[in-house]
Amino acid sequence: MIQPAAIYVLWLREMLKFVRAKSRMIGAIAMPVFMLIFLGMGFRRVEFPGLPPEISYLQYLVPGIVGMTLLFTGAFTGMSVLMDRQFGFLKEVMVTPASRISIVLGRIAGGATTSIIQALMMLFLSVFLGFALPAIYLIAASVVIMLFISIIFICIGLILSSFMKDIHGFNTMTNFIIFPLFLLSGALFPVQNLPAAVRVFAYLDPLTYGVDALRGVLIGHAAIGVAPDVAILFIVSTALIGISAWCFSGGEVL
Amino acid sequence: MHTITLNGLTRKFGDLIAVDTVTFTVRTGEIFGLLGPNGAGKTTIINMLTTLLAPTSGDATIDGHDIEGDPEGVRRSIGIIFQDPSLDIGLTGRENLDFHAMMYGIGAAERKKRIAEVLDVVGLTGKADVLVENYSGGMKRRLEIARGPIHRPKVLFLDEPTLGLDAQTRRKIWNHIRDLNTKYAMTIILTTHYMEEADYLCNRIAIIDHGRIIALDTPAGLKRLLQGDIITLGTGGPAESLVPALQDRPWIREINCDNSIMTITATEGESRIPDFFTVAQGLGISIVSVSIRQPSLEDVFIHLTGSSIREEAGSRLGHVHSGMRRRMMR
Ligand SMILES: Nc1ncnc2c1ncn2[C@@H]1O[C@H](COP(=O)(O)OP(=O)(O)OP(=O)(O)O)[C@@H](O)[C@H]1O
Ligand SMILES: [Mg+2]
Repeated sequence: MIQPAAIYVLWLREMLKFVRAKSRMIGAIAMPVFMLIFLGMGFRRVEFPGLPPEISYLQYLVPGIVGMTLLFTGAFTGMSVLMDRQFGFLKEVMVTPASRISIVLGRIAGGATTSIIQALMMLFLSVFLGFALPAIYLIAASVVIMLFISIIFICIGLILSSFMKDIHGFNTMTNFIIFPLFLLSGALFPVQNLPAAVRVFAYLDPLTYGVDALRGVLIGHAAIGVAPDVAILFIVSTALIGISAWCFSGGEVL
Repeated sequence: MHTITLNGLTRKFGDLIAVDTVTFTVRTGEIFGLLGPNGAGKTTIINMLTTLLAPTSGDATIDGHDIEGDPEGVRRSIGIIFQDPSLDIGLTGRENLDFHAMMYGIGAAERKKRIAEVLDVVGLTGKADVLVENYSGGMKRRLEIARGPIHRPKVLFLDEPTLGLDAQTRRKIWNHIRDLNTKYAMTIILTTHYMEEADYLCNRIAIIDHGRIIALDTPAGLKRLLQGDIITLGTGGPAESLVPALQDRPWIREINCDNSIMTITATEGESRIPDFFTVAQGLGISIVSVSIRQPSLEDVFIHLTGSSIREEAGSRLGHVHSGMRRRMMR
């Protein structure tokens, strides 16, 4: 049922468009770069309880902003299905014999590649602000975690766009789903500092585990632990791929 | 052999019955036309047959595959040229064609050959490597026409294929459609608002209005429906004043007046013309011109579906939308 050829075509399409749309790429990483610069400078002297003193706030913030980049670029590529629907291209894909799971996997392959490229660019740019990169094998390990994070949020974007029939719900979704996921994830501060009632929601947010795992491999400090983080990310991403495929097979595409 | 069968196919949108228990079959290798005013339900029928829309009731099979039971089987057998735009405007023309062919698993060498061939047919060879967002409306349409059948499906759906094309291109596309039908034995369902296109291409035609089939026959058979010739009289005074004197003639099937023009459908038209002069003279009205012709498909179409404009104006609305979409992206 999984057709590598169809996945490859959809991936290739995404790559071509990514290479062509340089402004899109710059636009997508401008926000995280600003956040990194200003939050990194502004909170330079802040000390969080439970954080080892040798880890500076900038060091702590970089994996969080990498997670944020993956969240936003992932959710937006997922929701770009809405664009395709608006432009009619979605119909063209849906009448081909490609199985729905292949179409979803093709989207994920394309979206994850571009998201991870942008996240890595962020990571390397942060070196100029004073971020200390870990050993190369740890960066490689972080790419695996980035892949899980991308899959999760591309799927969430796909699922949301299968419910929304047009582009108008886009801002609502961003404000009420994507932003809260970001703020709750501990990308900017330790979730352990949140009041217990809010912390429950933080632990329901998959990005919490993603950011924690990224910190584990990139700065050697994970509050939850890399192994449980990765286990949770794996389960959630697999489940979401299944749900996305189901959303695209059940409903009508028009 | 029947490649397409529809059995009581129905689709509702809320209270609106867009397609109402439509039943017909299309023979293997046939070119079958769907004619109908705006909003008649043609595109909705095609959307159901191409698995994009689920029927409310009834069923249909394409090349032996049930549209609901085996949608993937249906998708393997079909190709479609959509009425509304469906190109990826961020890619070049060639890339659009190439990606389409790749989705159907056609090998690289064969893709190259077929793409060069169809680009030539639709006259886009010189523009193949330009981004589609820089194409004119007619160029986009031609690219869609090139793309739909590139994987040589058994069944091809054409939803107003020549919409917005100039007369020369339209002729070329007609021949291309005929070629696809004869060379690759494609069974074709075609919708159009150009009557001469339907007349030229279709083996049989179904006329649809308000979601129902109101006539189904060969073009020649449909024309026989009117039983007579079309006589057009230009009169010196208001044409209506001739109506009372003429309307009880048994050989007159239909009279339409528009100011000083009178259109009459009459059997054995040639032999009736002297009678018109006699009647007009008696009423003191001059006849300034006379023409007589065989009924065209358009006459039959107007006869069956009435002459009022449909308020839905579906396809025009569609174009306003696509215009808006373009602006949004810029
Ligand atoms: N998604 C939809 N939701 C609600 N109503 C719809 C939808 N799609 C079509 N309709 C309605 O169904 C009817 C048939 O539409 P359809 O597009 O099939 O007409 P058509 O025969 O293709 O017309 P045209 O010649 O203008 O293309 C119209 O009244 C239209 O408004
Ligand atoms: Mg239509």
